[in-house]
Amino acid sequence: MTAMALTQRPASVLSRLLHRHEACRGWLLLAPALCLMLVAILFPLGSTLVMSTWSLDGYSVDRTPTLGNYSAMLGQPMFGALIGRSLVVATIATVVTVALCYPMAYFVAFHVHRHKALWLILLTLPFWTSYLLRVFAWKVVLGYEGVLNTALIGLGIVQEPLAALLYSQTAVTLVLAHSWAAFAILPIYVSLEKIDRSYIEAAADLGDGLTRRFWRITFPLSLPGVVAAFFMMFVPTVGDYITPAMVGGPDGMMVGNLIQAMFGPMNNWPAGAALSVVMMLTIGLAGLAFLAVGRLVGR
Amino acid sequence: MARYIGFHRPNRPLALYAGAFAVFLYLPILFIPLFSFNAGVYVKFPLEGFTLAWYADLFQREPLQRAFWNSVQVAAVVSLSSTVLAVPAAMAIARYRMPGKRAAVSFIMLPLVLPGLILGVALLTVLNGLGVRLSLVTVALGHMVICLPYAISVLLPRFIGFSRSLEEASADLGESPWWTFLRVTLPCNMPGVLACLLMTFTISFDEFFMAFFLSGTEPTLPMYIWSQLRFPQDFPSLLALSTLILVASFAMVFASLKLGRVGLAPAGERR
Repeated sequence: MTAMALTQRPASVLSRLLHRHEACRGWLLLAPALCLMLVAILFPLGSTLVMSTWSLDGYSVDRTPTLGNYSAMLGQPMFGALIGRSLVVATIATVVTVALCYPMAYFVAFHVHRHKALWLILLTLPFWTSYLLRVFAWKVVLGYEGVLNTALIGLGIVQEPLAALLYSQTAVTLVLAHSWAAFAILPIYVSLEKIDRSYIEAAADLGDGLTRRFWRITFPLSLPGVVAAFFMMFVPTVGDYITPAMVGGPDGMMVGNLIQAMFGPMNNWPAGAALSVVMMLTIGLAGLAFLAVGRLVGR
Repeated sequence: MARYIGFHRPNRPLALYAGAFAVFLYLPILFIPLFSFNAGVYVKFPLEGFTLAWYADLFQREPLQRAFWNSVQVAAVVSLSSTVLAVPAAMAIARYRMPGKRAAVSFIMLPLVLPGLILGVALLTVLNGLGVRLSLVTVALGHMVICLPYAISVLLPRFIGFSRSLEEASADLGESPWWTFLRVTLPCNMPGVLACLLMTFTISFDEFFMAFFLSGTEPTLPMYIWSQLRFPQDFPSLLALSTLILVASFAMVFASLKLGRVGLAPAGERR
Protein backbone atom coordinates (compact mmCIF):
# COMPACT_ATOMS: atom_id res chain seq x y z
CA MET A 1 0.00 0.00 0.00
CA THR A 2 2.79 2.34 0.91
CA ALA A 3 4.24 1.94 -2.54
CA MET A 4 1.05 3.46 -4.00
CA ALA A 5 1.32 6.46 -1.71
CA LEU A 6 4.89 6.98 -2.72
CA THR A 7 4.26 7.07 -6.46
CA GLN A 8 4.46 10.85 -6.56
CA ARG A 9 8.01 10.94 -5.25
CA PRO A 10 10.91 10.80 -7.73
CA ALA A 11 12.52 7.92 -5.87
CA SER A 12 9.47 5.78 -6.47
CA VAL A 13 10.52 4.68 -9.93
CA LEU A 14 13.68 3.25 -8.47
CA SER A 15 11.91 1.71 -5.52
CA ARG A 16 9.29 0.05 -7.73
CA LEU A 17 12.03 -1.28 -9.96
CA LEU A 18 13.74 -2.72 -6.93
CA HIS A 19 10.62 -4.41 -5.67
CA ARG A 20 9.86 -5.95 -8.98
CA HIS A 21 13.23 -7.18 -10.05
CA GLU A 22 15.03 -9.42 -7.66
CA ALA A 23 18.19 -9.18 -9.72
CA CYS A 24 18.30 -5.42 -9.13
CA ARG A 25 17.86 -5.86 -5.42
CA GLY A 26 20.60 -8.47 -5.37
CA TRP A 27 23.00 -6.22 -7.21
CA LEU A 28 22.18 -3.34 -4.89
CA LEU A 29 23.02 -5.48 -1.86
CA LEU A 30 26.18 -6.73 -3.48
CA ALA A 31 27.23 -3.28 -4.70
CA PRO A 32 29.13 -1.95 -1.64
CA ALA A 33 31.36 -5.01 -1.39
CA LEU A 34 31.82 -5.19 -5.14
CA CYS A 35 32.69 -1.49 -5.40
CA LEU A 36 35.31 -1.78 -2.68
CA MET A 37 36.88 -4.74 -4.44
CA LEU A 38 36.78 -3.07 -7.84
CA VAL A 39 38.45 0.06 -6.47
CA ALA A 40 40.92 -1.80 -4.26
CA ILE A 41 41.96 -4.48 -6.74
CA LEU A 42 41.56 -3.33 -10.34
CA PHE A 43 42.77 0.20 -9.75
CA PRO A 44 45.97 -0.86 -7.94
CA LEU A 45 46.72 -3.63 -10.43
CA GLY A 46 46.34 -1.10 -13.24
CA SER A 47 48.60 1.33 -11.44
CA THR A 48 51.23 -1.39 -11.04
CA LEU A 49 51.05 -2.00 -14.77
CA VAL A 50 51.53 1.72 -15.48
CA MET A 51 54.39 2.06 -13.03
CA SER A 52 56.16 -0.91 -14.56
CA THR A 53 56.67 1.18 -17.73
CA TRP A 54 58.40 3.98 -15.84
CA SER A 55 62.11 4.05 -15.27
CA LEU A 56 64.55 5.17 -12.66
CA ASP A 57 66.62 8.24 -13.52
CA GLY A 58 69.15 8.69 -10.77
CA TYR A 59 67.03 9.21 -7.68
CA SER A 60 63.92 10.44 -9.46
CA VAL A 61 61.38 8.53 -11.49
CA ASP A 62 61.09 9.16 -15.21
CA ARG A 63 57.48 8.73 -16.26
CA THR A 64 57.92 8.35 -20.00
CA PRO A 65 56.60 4.89 -20.83
CA THR A 66 59.22 2.40 -21.91
CA LEU A 67 59.55 -1.34 -21.86
CA GLY A 68 63.06 -0.97 -20.43
CA ASN A 69 62.29 -2.81 -17.21
CA TYR A 70 61.01 -5.80 -19.12
CA SER A 71 63.92 -5.91 -21.58
CA ALA A 72 66.36 -5.57 -18.67
CA MET A 73 64.68 -8.57 -17.11
CA LEU A 74 65.03 -10.58 -20.31
CA GLY A 75 68.71 -9.63 -20.45
CA GLN A 76 69.49 -10.90 -16.99
CA PRO A 77 69.23 -14.66 -16.54
CA MET A 78 68.96 -14.09 -12.76
CA PHE A 79 65.30 -13.09 -13.04
CA GLY A 80 64.32 -16.11 -15.10
CA ALA A 81 66.20 -18.38 -12.72
CA LEU A 82 64.50 -16.82 -9.71
CA ILE A 83 61.01 -17.14 -11.22
CA GLY A 84 61.83 -20.69 -12.28
CA ARG A 85 62.98 -21.55 -8.78
CA SER A 86 59.86 -20.03 -7.22
CA LEU A 87 57.69 -22.11 -9.52
CA VAL A 88 59.68 -25.26 -8.71
CA VAL A 89 59.61 -24.70 -4.94
CA ALA A 90 55.90 -23.86 -4.98
CA THR A 91 55.15 -26.91 -7.17
CA ILE A 92 57.11 -29.30 -4.95
CA ALA A 93 55.57 -27.87 -1.77
CA THR A 94 52.09 -28.09 -3.31
CA VAL A 95 52.51 -31.67 -4.54
CA VAL A 96 53.93 -32.78 -1.18
CA THR A 97 51.17 -31.03 0.75
CA VAL A 98 48.32 -32.30 -1.40
CA ALA A 99 49.70 -35.84 -1.20
CA LEU A 100 50.02 -35.64 2.60
CA CYS A 101 46.62 -33.98 3.05
CA TYR A 102 44.63 -36.39 0.91
CA PRO A 103 44.70 -39.31 3.40
CA MET A 104 43.90 -36.84 6.19
CA ALA A 105 40.87 -35.48 4.36
CA TYR A 106 39.87 -39.06 3.47
CA PHE A 107 40.08 -40.05 7.11
CA VAL A 108 37.80 -37.22 8.23
CA ALA A 109 35.34 -37.78 5.39
CA PHE A 110 34.99 -41.55 5.72
CA HIS A 111 36.23 -42.66 9.12
CA VAL A 112 35.23 -39.90 11.52
CA HIS A 113 31.58 -40.26 12.46
CA ARG A 114 31.30 -38.33 15.67
CA HIS A 115 32.94 -34.96 16.30
CA LYS A 116 33.48 -34.41 12.60
CA ALA A 117 33.20 -30.65 13.03
CA LEU A 118 35.74 -30.77 15.84
CA TRP A 119 38.25 -32.55 13.60
CA LEU A 120 37.76 -29.97 10.88
CA ILE A 121 38.26 -27.16 13.37
CA LEU A 122 41.36 -28.87 14.77
CA LEU A 123 42.88 -29.18 11.30
CA THR A 124 42.15 -25.63 10.19
CA LEU A 125 42.72 -23.78 13.46
CA PRO A 126 46.46 -23.12 13.06
CA PHE A 127 45.82 -21.78 9.57
CA TRP A 128 43.81 -18.84 10.90
CA THR A 129 46.46 -17.70 13.34
CA SER A 130 49.47 -15.57 12.57
CA TYR A 131 51.44 -16.82 9.58
CA LEU A 132 54.46 -14.90 10.82
CA LEU A 133 54.39 -16.72 14.17
CA ARG A 134 54.09 -20.12 12.55
CA VAL A 135 57.16 -19.47 10.44
CA PHE A 136 58.87 -18.11 13.56
CA ALA A 137 58.08 -21.39 15.31
CA TRP A 138 59.83 -23.29 12.53
CA LYS A 139 62.86 -21.05 12.84
CA VAL A 140 62.96 -21.99 16.53
CA VAL A 141 62.64 -25.69 15.70
CA LEU A 142 65.05 -25.88 12.77
CA GLY A 143 67.75 -23.39 13.86
CA TYR A 144 71.48 -24.32 13.94
CA GLU A 145 71.37 -24.36 17.73
CA GLY A 146 67.63 -24.88 17.67
CA VAL A 147 65.23 -27.33 19.21
CA LEU A 148 65.72 -30.17 16.74
CA ASN A 149 69.52 -30.01 16.58
CA THR A 150 70.05 -29.71 20.32
CA ALA A 151 67.56 -32.52 20.91
CA LEU A 152 69.32 -34.77 18.38
CA ILE A 153 72.69 -34.05 20.00
CA GLY A 154 71.25 -34.59 23.47
CA LEU A 155 69.90 -37.97 22.40
CA GLY A 156 73.30 -38.86 20.93
CA ILE A 157 71.94 -39.34 17.42
CA VAL A 158 74.28 -36.79 15.83
CA GLN A 159 77.51 -35.23 17.11
CA GLU A 160 77.48 -31.91 15.24
CA PRO A 161 74.47 -29.65 14.58
CA LEU A 162 73.09 -30.29 11.11
CA ALA A 163 73.45 -27.02 9.22
CA ALA A 164 71.23 -28.23 6.40
CA LEU A 165 68.09 -28.12 8.53
CA LEU A 166 67.72 -24.36 8.33
CA TYR A 167 68.47 -22.04 5.41
CA SER A 168 67.79 -24.48 2.62
CA GLN A 169 65.16 -25.13 -0.02
CA THR A 170 64.08 -28.22 1.92
CA ALA A 171 63.27 -26.05 4.91
CA VAL A 172 61.22 -23.73 2.71
CA THR A 173 59.27 -26.67 1.27
CA LEU A 174 58.64 -28.14 4.72
CA VAL A 175 57.44 -24.86 6.21
CA LEU A 176 55.22 -24.06 3.23
CA ALA A 177 53.66 -27.52 3.47
CA HIS A 178 52.96 -26.97 7.14
CA SER A 179 51.55 -23.48 6.68
CA TRP A 180 49.13 -24.20 3.87
CA ALA A 181 47.85 -27.63 4.91
CA ALA A 182 44.39 -26.30 5.73
CA PHE A 183 44.04 -24.79 2.26
CA ALA A 184 44.69 -28.22 0.77
CA ILE A 185 42.58 -30.28 3.19
CA LEU A 186 39.32 -28.36 2.88
CA PRO A 187 38.65 -28.64 -0.87
CA ILE A 188 39.64 -32.33 -0.88
CA TYR A 189 37.42 -32.99 2.12
CA VAL A 190 34.47 -31.26 0.48
CA SER A 191 34.80 -33.27 -2.71
CA LEU A 192 35.12 -36.54 -0.78
CA GLU A 193 32.14 -35.69 1.40
CA LYS A 194 30.00 -35.06 -1.70
CA ILE A 195 30.61 -38.51 -3.20
CA ASP A 196 27.42 -40.53 -3.29
CA ARG A 197 28.12 -43.48 -1.00
CA SER A 198 25.87 -45.77 -3.02
CA TYR A 199 28.42 -45.79 -5.86
CA ILE A 200 30.98 -47.26 -3.50
CA GLU A 201 28.45 -49.75 -2.15
CA ALA A 202 27.58 -50.77 -5.69
CA ALA A 203 31.25 -51.38 -6.44
CA ALA A 204 31.53 -53.44 -3.27
CA ASP A 205 28.44 -55.48 -4.19
CA LEU A 206 29.94 -56.15 -7.59
CA GLY A 207 33.02 -57.58 -5.92
CA ASP A 208 35.58 -54.78 -5.89
CA GLY A 209 37.95 -54.85 -2.93
CA LEU A 210 38.89 -51.83 -0.86
CA THR A 211 41.85 -50.82 -3.04
CA ARG A 212 40.09 -51.21 -6.38
CA ARG A 213 37.06 -49.39 -4.99
CA PHE A 214 39.26 -46.48 -4.01
CA TRP A 215 41.09 -46.20 -7.31
CA ARG A 216 38.05 -46.77 -9.52
CA ILE A 217 35.38 -44.80 -7.65
CA THR A 218 36.53 -42.62 -4.80
CA PHE A 219 39.72 -41.17 -6.24
CA PRO A 220 38.37 -40.18 -9.67
CA LEU A 221 35.32 -38.56 -8.09
CA SER A 222 37.48 -36.57 -5.70
CA LEU A 223 39.79 -35.22 -8.43
CA PRO A 224 38.01 -31.85 -8.74
CA GLY A 225 38.82 -31.25 -5.07
CA VAL A 226 42.44 -32.25 -5.63
CA VAL A 227 42.76 -29.82 -8.52
CA ALA A 228 41.15 -27.07 -6.43
CA ALA A 229 43.51 -27.81 -3.54
CA PHE A 230 46.45 -27.62 -5.90
CA PHE A 231 45.33 -24.25 -7.21
CA MET A 232 44.42 -22.79 -3.82
CA MET A 233 47.83 -23.57 -2.43
CA PHE A 234 50.07 -23.07 -5.44
CA VAL A 235 49.10 -19.47 -6.19
CA PRO A 236 49.78 -17.94 -2.78
CA THR A 237 52.97 -19.94 -2.24
CA VAL A 238 54.57 -18.69 -5.47
CA GLY A 239 54.32 -15.18 -4.10
CA ASP A 240 55.44 -15.91 -0.57
CA TYR A 241 58.42 -14.10 0.84
CA ILE A 242 58.28 -14.50 4.61
CA THR A 243 59.08 -18.21 4.59
CA PRO A 244 62.06 -17.92 2.22
CA ALA A 245 63.32 -14.87 4.08
CA MET A 246 63.13 -16.57 7.47
CA VAL A 247 64.18 -20.14 6.79
CA GLY A 248 65.40 -20.12 3.18
CA GLY A 249 68.84 -18.52 3.30
CA PRO A 250 70.44 -17.40 0.00
CA ASP A 251 69.65 -20.75 -1.58
CA GLY A 252 65.94 -20.54 -0.81
CA MET A 253 65.33 -16.98 -2.06
CA MET A 254 62.22 -16.62 -4.20
CA VAL A 255 60.88 -13.99 -6.57
CA GLY A 256 58.79 -12.46 -3.78
CA ASN A 257 61.93 -11.56 -1.85
CA LEU A 258 63.32 -9.67 -4.82
CA ILE A 259 60.07 -7.75 -5.35
CA GLN A 260 60.00 -6.86 -1.67
CA ALA A 261 63.65 -5.74 -1.86
CA MET A 262 62.96 -3.58 -4.91
CA PHE A 263 60.20 -1.77 -3.05
CA GLY A 264 62.32 -1.64 0.09
CA PRO A 265 66.11 -1.35 0.35
CA MET A 266 66.85 -1.29 -3.41
CA ASN A 267 64.29 1.49 -3.88
CA ASN A 268 63.60 0.74 -7.53
CA TRP A 269 59.81 0.73 -7.63
CA PRO A 270 59.37 0.63 -11.43
CA ALA A 271 61.52 -2.48 -11.72
CA GLY A 272 59.66 -4.03 -8.77
CA ALA A 273 56.34 -3.23 -10.42
CA ALA A 274 57.53 -4.83 -13.66
CA LEU A 275 58.65 -7.93 -11.82
CA SER A 276 55.32 -8.24 -10.02
CA VAL A 277 53.49 -7.88 -13.37
CA VAL A 278 55.60 -10.73 -14.74
CA MET A 279 54.82 -12.76 -11.63
CA MET A 280 51.11 -12.07 -12.01
CA LEU A 281 51.21 -13.20 -15.63
CA THR A 282 53.10 -16.36 -14.65
CA ILE A 283 50.55 -17.12 -11.95
CA GLY A 284 47.71 -16.32 -14.35
CA LEU A 285 49.11 -18.77 -16.90
CA ALA A 286 49.54 -21.41 -14.22
CA GLY A 287 45.96 -20.73 -13.12
CA LEU A 288 44.66 -21.20 -16.66
CA ALA A 289 46.59 -24.45 -16.88
CA PHE A 290 44.95 -25.63 -13.65
CA LEU A 291 41.53 -24.65 -14.97
CA ALA A 292 42.17 -26.60 -18.17
CA VAL A 293 43.27 -29.63 -16.17
CA GLY A 294 40.21 -29.22 -13.95
CA ARG A 295 37.92 -29.19 -16.99
CA LEU A 296 39.57 -32.31 -18.40
CA VAL A 297 39.32 -34.09 -15.07
CA GLY A 298 35.77 -32.98 -14.44
CA ARG A 299 34.59 -34.62 -17.63
CA MET B 1 24.50 -43.22 8.69
CA ALA B 2 24.72 -46.48 10.59
CA ARG B 3 25.13 -48.43 7.38
CA TYR B 4 28.27 -46.53 6.45
CA ILE B 5 29.87 -47.20 9.79
CA GLY B 6 29.64 -50.93 9.23
CA PHE B 7 30.59 -50.50 5.61
CA HIS B 8 33.76 -48.52 6.28
CA ARG B 9 35.51 -50.57 8.86
CA PRO B 10 37.93 -48.73 11.14
CA ASN B 11 41.25 -48.35 9.42
CA ARG B 12 44.04 -48.54 12.01
CA PRO B 13 46.98 -47.29 9.87
CA LEU B 14 44.92 -44.38 8.58
CA ALA B 15 43.92 -43.39 12.10
CA LEU B 16 47.57 -43.50 13.16
CA TYR B 17 48.46 -41.35 10.19
CA ALA B 18 45.77 -38.83 11.13
CA GLY B 19 47.15 -38.66 14.65
CA ALA B 20 50.70 -38.14 13.37
CA PHE B 21 49.41 -35.43 11.03
CA ALA B 22 47.78 -33.55 13.89
CA VAL B 23 51.03 -33.79 15.88
CA PHE B 24 53.02 -32.43 12.92
CA LEU B 25 50.52 -29.58 12.64
CA TYR B 26 50.72 -28.54 16.28
CA LEU B 27 54.15 -29.60 17.56
CA PRO B 28 56.22 -26.75 16.06
CA ILE B 29 53.76 -24.20 17.41
CA LEU B 30 53.88 -25.74 20.89
CA PHE B 31 57.61 -25.04 21.19
CA ILE B 32 56.81 -21.32 21.36
CA PRO B 33 54.97 -21.48 24.72
CA LEU B 34 57.40 -24.12 26.01
CA PHE B 35 60.46 -21.94 25.53
CA SER B 36 58.70 -18.77 26.63
CA PHE B 37 58.89 -20.17 30.18
CA ASN B 38 62.54 -21.22 29.81
CA ALA B 39 65.08 -19.31 31.89
CA GLY B 40 67.87 -19.52 29.29
CA VAL B 41 68.31 -16.80 26.65
CA TYR B 42 69.03 -19.32 23.90
CA VAL B 43 66.24 -21.38 22.47
CA LYS B 44 67.72 -24.86 22.80
CA PHE B 45 67.55 -28.06 24.81
CA PRO B 46 68.07 -28.82 27.67
CA LEU B 47 65.61 -26.44 29.34
CA GLU B 48 67.20 -24.30 32.02
CA GLY B 49 64.41 -23.81 34.54
CA PHE B 50 61.09 -22.05 34.81
CA THR B 51 60.66 -18.27 34.69
CA LEU B 52 58.01 -15.66 34.06
CA ALA B 53 60.63 -12.96 33.52
CA TRP B 54 60.07 -12.80 29.76
CA TYR B 55 56.39 -12.03 30.30
CA ALA B 56 57.24 -9.34 32.86
CA ASP B 57 59.67 -7.89 30.33
CA LEU B 58 56.82 -7.29 27.88
CA PHE B 59 55.33 -4.68 30.19
CA GLN B 60 58.56 -2.69 30.13
CA ARG B 61 58.40 -2.19 26.39
CA GLU B 62 56.77 1.07 25.40
CA PRO B 63 56.92 0.53 21.58
CA LEU B 64 55.37 -2.91 21.96
CA GLN B 65 52.35 -1.55 23.78
CA ARG B 66 51.86 1.13 21.15
CA ALA B 67 52.10 -1.46 18.40
CA PHE B 68 49.57 -3.58 20.27
CA TRP B 69 47.02 -0.74 20.49
CA ASN B 70 47.61 0.11 16.84
CA SER B 71 46.78 -3.47 15.91
CA VAL B 72 43.69 -3.52 18.11
CA GLN B 73 42.38 -0.31 16.56
CA VAL B 74 42.97 -1.49 13.01
CA ALA B 75 41.47 -4.92 13.71
CA ALA B 76 38.36 -3.43 15.36
CA VAL B 77 37.68 -1.05 12.46
CA VAL B 78 38.38 -3.74 9.87
CA SER B 79 36.21 -6.40 11.49
CA LEU B 80 33.26 -4.02 11.87
CA SER B 81 33.45 -2.52 8.40
CA SER B 82 34.09 -5.76 6.55
CA THR B 83 31.21 -7.45 8.38
CA VAL B 84 28.90 -4.54 7.54
CA LEU B 85 29.83 -4.93 3.88
CA ALA B 86 29.74 -8.72 3.96
CA VAL B 87 26.22 -9.16 5.42
CA PRO B 88 24.31 -7.63 2.47
CA ALA B 89 26.75 -9.23 0.02
CA ALA B 90 26.25 -12.68 1.51
CA MET B 91 22.47 -12.17 1.51
CA ALA B 92 22.55 -11.18 -2.15
CA ILE B 93 24.69 -14.16 -3.09
CA ALA B 94 22.59 -16.61 -1.08
CA ARG B 95 19.16 -15.46 -2.24
CA TYR B 96 18.96 -13.59 -5.45
CA ARG B 97 19.20 -15.00 -8.90
CA MET B 98 20.99 -12.41 -10.94
CA PRO B 99 22.87 -12.48 -14.22
CA GLY B 100 26.64 -12.25 -13.86
CA LYS B 101 26.56 -13.34 -10.24
CA ARG B 102 29.19 -16.02 -10.64
CA ALA B 103 31.70 -13.64 -12.20
CA ALA B 104 31.08 -11.01 -9.52
CA VAL B 105 31.47 -13.56 -6.73
CA SER B 106 34.70 -14.96 -8.18
CA PHE B 107 36.03 -11.43 -8.43
CA ILE B 108 35.17 -10.62 -4.82
CA MET B 109 36.81 -13.87 -3.70
CA LEU B 110 39.99 -13.10 -5.66
CA PRO B 111 42.07 -11.91 -2.66
CA LEU B 112 41.74 -15.43 -1.19
CA VAL B 113 44.19 -16.71 -3.79
CA LEU B 114 46.00 -13.59 -4.94
CA PRO B 115 49.41 -13.47 -3.22
CA GLY B 116 49.43 -10.86 -0.45
CA LEU B 117 52.67 -9.52 -1.86
CA ILE B 118 51.11 -8.58 -5.20
CA LEU B 119 48.09 -6.93 -3.59
CA GLY B 120 50.26 -5.06 -1.10
CA VAL B 121 52.63 -3.76 -3.75
CA ALA B 122 49.75 -2.80 -6.03
CA LEU B 123 47.97 -0.86 -3.29
CA LEU B 124 51.25 0.81 -2.42
CA THR B 125 51.76 2.05 -5.99
CA VAL B 126 48.25 3.49 -6.22
CA LEU B 127 48.38 5.18 -2.80
CA ASN B 128 51.76 6.61 -3.67
CA GLY B 129 50.41 7.86 -7.00
CA LEU B 130 47.50 9.56 -5.25
CA GLY B 131 49.87 11.12 -2.73
CA VAL B 132 48.22 9.39 0.25
CA ARG B 133 50.48 9.17 3.27
CA LEU B 134 50.93 5.69 4.68
CA SER B 135 49.30 5.25 8.08
CA LEU B 136 47.12 2.89 10.04
CA VAL B 137 44.26 3.94 7.74
CA THR B 138 46.01 2.52 4.69
CA VAL B 139 46.77 -0.68 6.61
CA ALA B 140 43.08 -0.96 7.49
CA LEU B 141 42.14 -0.49 3.83
CA GLY B 142 44.48 -3.31 2.83
CA HIS B 143 43.11 -5.55 5.57
CA MET B 144 39.53 -4.93 4.48
CA VAL B 145 40.36 -6.21 1.01
CA ILE B 146 41.78 -9.39 2.54
CA CYS B 147 39.06 -9.89 5.14
CA LEU B 148 35.98 -9.33 2.98
CA PRO B 149 36.18 -12.68 1.12
CA TYR B 150 36.66 -14.53 4.40
CA ALA B 151 33.77 -12.61 5.98
CA ILE B 152 31.48 -13.50 3.08
CA SER B 153 32.45 -17.17 3.17
CA VAL B 154 31.76 -17.33 6.91
CA LEU B 155 28.31 -15.74 6.49
CA LEU B 156 27.24 -17.47 3.27
CA PRO B 157 26.29 -20.88 4.73
CA ARG B 158 24.14 -19.13 7.35
CA PHE B 159 22.12 -17.20 4.81
CA ILE B 160 21.81 -20.22 2.54
CA GLY B 161 20.51 -22.27 5.45
CA PHE B 162 18.18 -19.53 6.71
CA SER B 163 14.53 -20.13 5.92
CA ARG B 164 12.83 -17.05 4.52
CA SER B 165 9.43 -17.92 5.97
CA LEU B 166 10.21 -15.96 9.15
CA GLU B 167 10.92 -12.85 7.11
CA GLU B 168 7.78 -13.36 5.07
CA ALA B 169 5.76 -13.67 8.26
CA SER B 170 7.25 -10.42 9.50
CA ALA B 171 6.44 -8.68 6.22
CA ASP B 172 2.87 -10.04 6.28
CA LEU B 173 2.45 -8.58 9.74
CA GLY B 174 3.32 -5.17 8.36
CA GLU B 175 6.99 -4.66 9.13
CA SER B 176 9.01 -2.68 6.61
CA PRO B 177 11.97 -4.45 4.95
CA TRP B 178 14.39 -2.51 7.16
CA TRP B 179 12.71 -3.47 10.41
CA THR B 180 12.32 -7.03 9.22
CA PHE B 181 16.04 -7.12 8.62
CA LEU B 182 16.86 -5.58 12.02
CA ARG B 183 14.33 -7.53 14.06
CA VAL B 184 14.22 -10.89 12.30
CA THR B 185 17.05 -11.54 9.86
CA LEU B 186 19.90 -10.11 11.90
CA PRO B 187 19.01 -11.66 15.29
CA CYS B 188 18.39 -15.06 13.69
CA ASN B 189 21.82 -14.93 12.08
CA MET B 190 23.62 -13.42 15.05
CA PRO B 191 25.93 -16.43 15.63
CA GLY B 192 27.16 -16.11 12.05
CA VAL B 193 27.67 -12.37 12.38
CA LEU B 194 29.60 -12.82 15.63
CA ALA B 195 31.69 -15.58 14.04
CA CYS B 196 32.41 -13.22 11.19
CA LEU B 197 33.46 -10.39 13.53
CA LEU B 198 35.80 -12.65 15.50
CA MET B 199 37.32 -14.20 12.39
CA THR B 200 38.02 -10.91 10.62
CA PHE B 201 39.38 -9.38 13.84
CA THR B 202 41.89 -12.21 14.17
CA ILE B 203 42.89 -12.15 10.51
CA SER B 204 43.52 -8.42 10.62
CA PHE B 205 45.29 -8.57 13.99
CA ASP B 206 47.72 -11.23 12.72
CA GLU B 207 48.13 -9.97 9.16
CA PHE B 208 51.63 -9.23 7.99
CA PHE B 209 51.93 -8.89 4.18
CA MET B 210 49.71 -5.84 3.78
CA ALA B 211 50.99 -4.18 6.96
CA PHE B 212 54.52 -4.63 5.69
CA PHE B 213 53.91 -2.46 2.64
CA LEU B 214 51.15 -0.16 3.83
CA SER B 215 52.12 0.87 7.35
CA GLY B 216 53.85 4.18 7.80
CA THR B 217 55.75 5.16 10.92
CA GLU B 218 53.21 3.47 13.20
CA PRO B 219 53.82 -0.31 13.21
CA THR B 220 51.23 -2.99 13.87
CA LEU B 221 52.12 -5.82 16.25
CA PRO B 222 53.29 -8.29 13.57
CA MET B 223 55.48 -5.51 12.12
CA TYR B 224 56.96 -4.95 15.56
CA ILE B 225 57.74 -8.66 15.90
CA TRP B 226 59.34 -8.71 12.45
CA SER B 227 61.56 -5.74 13.34
CA GLN B 228 62.67 -7.40 16.60
CA LEU B 229 63.54 -10.75 15.03
CA ARG B 230 66.99 -9.42 14.16
CA PHE B 231 68.06 -9.30 17.81
CA PRO B 232 68.75 -12.78 19.26
CA GLN B 233 68.71 -11.45 22.86
CA ASP B 234 65.07 -10.42 22.32
CA PHE B 235 64.03 -13.91 21.24
CA PRO B 236 62.65 -15.07 24.63
CA SER B 237 60.51 -11.96 25.02
CA LEU B 238 59.20 -12.44 21.50
CA LEU B 239 58.35 -16.03 22.42
CA ALA B 240 56.36 -14.77 25.42
CA LEU B 241 54.57 -12.22 23.24
CA SER B 242 53.90 -14.85 20.56
CA THR B 243 52.46 -17.19 23.17
CA LEU B 244 49.95 -14.57 24.28
CA ILE B 245 48.99 -13.78 20.67
CA LEU B 246 48.65 -17.47 19.81
CA VAL B 247 46.46 -18.20 22.82
CA ALA B 248 44.21 -15.23 22.08
CA SER B 249 44.00 -16.04 18.35
CA PHE B 250 43.28 -19.72 18.96
CA ALA B 251 40.53 -18.87 21.43
CA MET B 252 38.90 -16.35 19.11
CA VAL B 253 39.08 -18.50 16.00
CA PHE B 254 37.85 -21.54 17.89
CA ALA B 255 34.91 -19.52 19.19
CA SER B 256 34.29 -18.22 15.70
CA LEU B 257 34.34 -21.67 14.09
CA LYS B 258 32.08 -23.05 16.81
CA LEU B 259 29.66 -20.12 16.57
CA GLY B 260 29.65 -20.41 12.79
CA ARG B 261 28.08 -23.85 13.17
CA VAL B 262 25.49 -23.02 15.82
CA GLY B 263 22.12 -24.01 14.46
CA LEU B 264 23.54 -25.47 11.28
CA ALA B 265 23.30 -29.19 10.56
CA PRO B 266 26.53 -30.83 11.72
CA ALA B 267 28.94 -31.72 8.94
CA GLY B 268 28.43 -35.22 7.66
CA GLU B 269 24.73 -35.40 8.50
CA ARG B 270 23.68 -33.06 5.75
CA ARG B 271 23.05 -35.74 3.18
